Amino acid sequence: MAELSKSDESQESTPNVSEVEVVDAHSESEAVAAIEAPVERGEPILQVRNLVKHFPLTQGILFKKQVGAVKAVDGVSFDLYQGETLGIVGESGCGKSTVAKLLMNLERATAGEIFYKGQDITRLSGRAMKAVRRNIQMVFQDPYTSLNPRMTVGDIIGEPFDIHPEVAPKGDRRRKVQDLLDVVGLNPEYINRYPHQFSGGQRQRIGIARGLALNPEIIVCDEPVSALDVSVQAQVINLMERLQDEFNLSYIFIAHDLSIVRHISDRVGVMYLGKMAEIGTDEQIYDHPTHPYTQALLSAVPVPDPDAREHRDRIILTGDVPSPANPPSGCRFRTRCWKAEDKCAEEVPLLAVPERFSGVDTPAAHESACHFAEEKDVVNAA
Amino acid sequence: MTTIEEVVPVESPAGGDGVPLLEVRDLHVEFHTREGVAKAVNGVNYSVNAGETLAVLGESGSGKSVTAQAVMGILDMPPARIPRGEILFRGQDMLKMSGEERRKIRGQRIAMIFQDALSSLNPVLTVGYQLGEMFRVHQGMSKKDAKIKAIELMDRVKIPAAAARVNDYPHQFSGGMRQRIMIAMALALEPDLIIADEPTTALDVTVQAQVMDLLADLQREYNMGLILITHDLGVVADVADKIAVMYAGRIVERAPVHGLYHRPAHPYTKGLLDSIPRLDQKGQELYAIKGLPPNLLRIPTGCAFNPRCPQAQDICRTEVPALQPVAEQDGTELDGRGSACHFWKETIHG
Repeated sequence: MAELSKSDESQESTPNVSEVEVVDAHSESEAVAAIEAPVERGEPILQVRNLVKHFPLTQGILFKKQVGAVKAVDGVSFDLYQGETLGIVGESGCGKSTVAKLLMNLERATAGEIFYKGQDITRLSGRAMKAVRRNIQMVFQDPYTSLNPRMTVGDIIGEPFDIHPEVAPKGDRRRKVQDLLDVVGLNPEYINRYPHQFSGGQRQRIGIARGLALNPEIIVCDEPVSALDVSVQAQVINLMERLQDEFNLSYIFIAHDLSIVRHISDRVGVMYLGKMAEIGTDEQIYDHPTHPYTQALLSAVPVPDPDAREHRDRIILTGDVPSPANPPSGCRFRTRCWKAEDKCAEEVPLLAVPERFSGVDTPAAHESACHFAEEKDVVNAA
Repeated sequence: MTTIEEVVPVESPAGGDGVPLLEVRDLHVEFHTREGVAKAVNGVNYSVNAGETLAVLGESGSGKSVTAQAVMGILDMPPARIPRGEILFRGQDMLKMSGEERRKIRGQRIAMIFQDALSSLNPVLTVGYQLGEMFRVHQGMSKKDAKIKAIELMDRVKIPAAAARVNDYPHQFSGGMRQRIMIAMALALEPDLIIADEPTTALDVTVQAQVMDLLADLQREYNMGLILITHDLGVVADVADKIAVMYAGRIVERAPVHGLYHRPAHPYTKGLLDSIPRLDQKGQELYAIKGLPPNLLRIPTGCAFNPRCPQAQDICRTEVPALQPVAEQDGTELDGRGSACHFWKETIHG
């Protein structure tokens, strides 16, 4: 099945990413062994290739027929390296949360692969899938709805052990949960309390403790601090950074707040309408963006410095994000782009290092899906 | 639109020079709950002039929205109670007015924009009908004229193809467009003062920039006073003239926008500024204010910020600091600045 996915076409449309070393597992135990093998720091641990998720739009009650599809994710590829934080930013509706759900295998991908240590998790099942689930955990956005109000904190954090009893033997669980509470900065004596007895920031810590319970390798964080007050956000961000060092975690950090993403991420991907517009290191994206959408997005972020308001060169986009059910032809950003020409309507720009920068040693030489990629520093411009 | 004064005579009392458009004096608001009395606002003073933007900055539970609702006269009483305070609009205390008098001010002279446009608009009525309602109810216009006015307003707030969309329902608009409709509704009767409660919090950054731009343009055009309630230090830096920082129902610091960001005079403000990550630089570990915002049922004695404050001394636990003027080291007072900290000197001067 690996041959099928590595057809010529898919290779062509993703020139930016590394080769996937597919591990051919002929039996379930081989797959589990591959999944449990350690990965060196800096090696790719998760490789996403041409990931597609279309939600069908149906009409009729008795005889449903498909009349279209919401193209939530439409061909996204990226790598996550062991020990790093990959930030994914974009506006609502760009597909970033759908990517998170696909990585967790909570949604079935319409097409494309997600390789975790060389195993395509979209095709796994049974014991191998269970092993993957243990190693990829998630922290959710809303700490008020993601914790069951009828369970105690101890039960919430300890529930993963019911499914994966090999991690913590029965007699040992209470102590393990208390350790976890301690690790995330909560009093271990709170083990019998209920979620409503905690503040938003403390609840988010409980969610993080639950994510850590099974010693995962990857944590997918979907807007983990956006529901928190400013003074509490910093506490949770610092906690997540500390835990990453302590437990050697890799993060996928999804957020709409570009300042927070810069703070925590090693690399950043910018999504627009189901596609990756630009991806690179935090310095490449924030100080040397080449995609017009990234530039507009960055220039729209209000900077907490009143002196900047006269000097900054603001790009105010017109109009709204088009519907993902009916995206524009060619480049999806062209309807709001000030650079758009005829070519943009006809040809889909590939995510690749723009030709003018390729081979040149400049921070602008990173993957950007624009026909007219041009460097423009909108953050530091004075 | 020039006929408003003729149709509905609204007293715009002498006011004139020196009297601010709106002045809140020593306002207290409390809520009676089963667990006790929650003191949401504990002696707030602020003022806004025509053409000026005051940003009220604070976290959830700081009392920033409750103060605004008291000004607007839309607090549910009970459970809320206003035991003390004055809210002067052009020099007249609105708390002493009759319901009828207040209604004439609300919507016409003072209008409000809410955070969540979708739940603030009626889902079963067209936006044209809801916008037109302003003119029908306040000015007795006919349905037909009101609809023409509604289209004009939608044009004003730059909703494309206004004439075609006037009969659409709220759910047919995007979040940014819905917020524009809220702004249009607030502007309908050309008020003197707009209170915007987190107007862009629910919006994406590129749309937020559009909406804040629009609001600033319209404010300039009509010379309105604007009270912007927000928790976003970035938005404040972009649009405000002066800032009031609230914590546990009090104003802890007051300053013109430049002064506050360069030299905060209250440890809470300083902590907030240090705790936000920057877009233009990759910092070290973030500074985090320890602890949690206080429970309004049990506000700490003395300075409410003392359990979280790195500089707290014994006096902070016993004595409530008053909002006092802030001065340079040589004693010259800094214009428009105040800090409710016993140790403001140490905070601002190093």
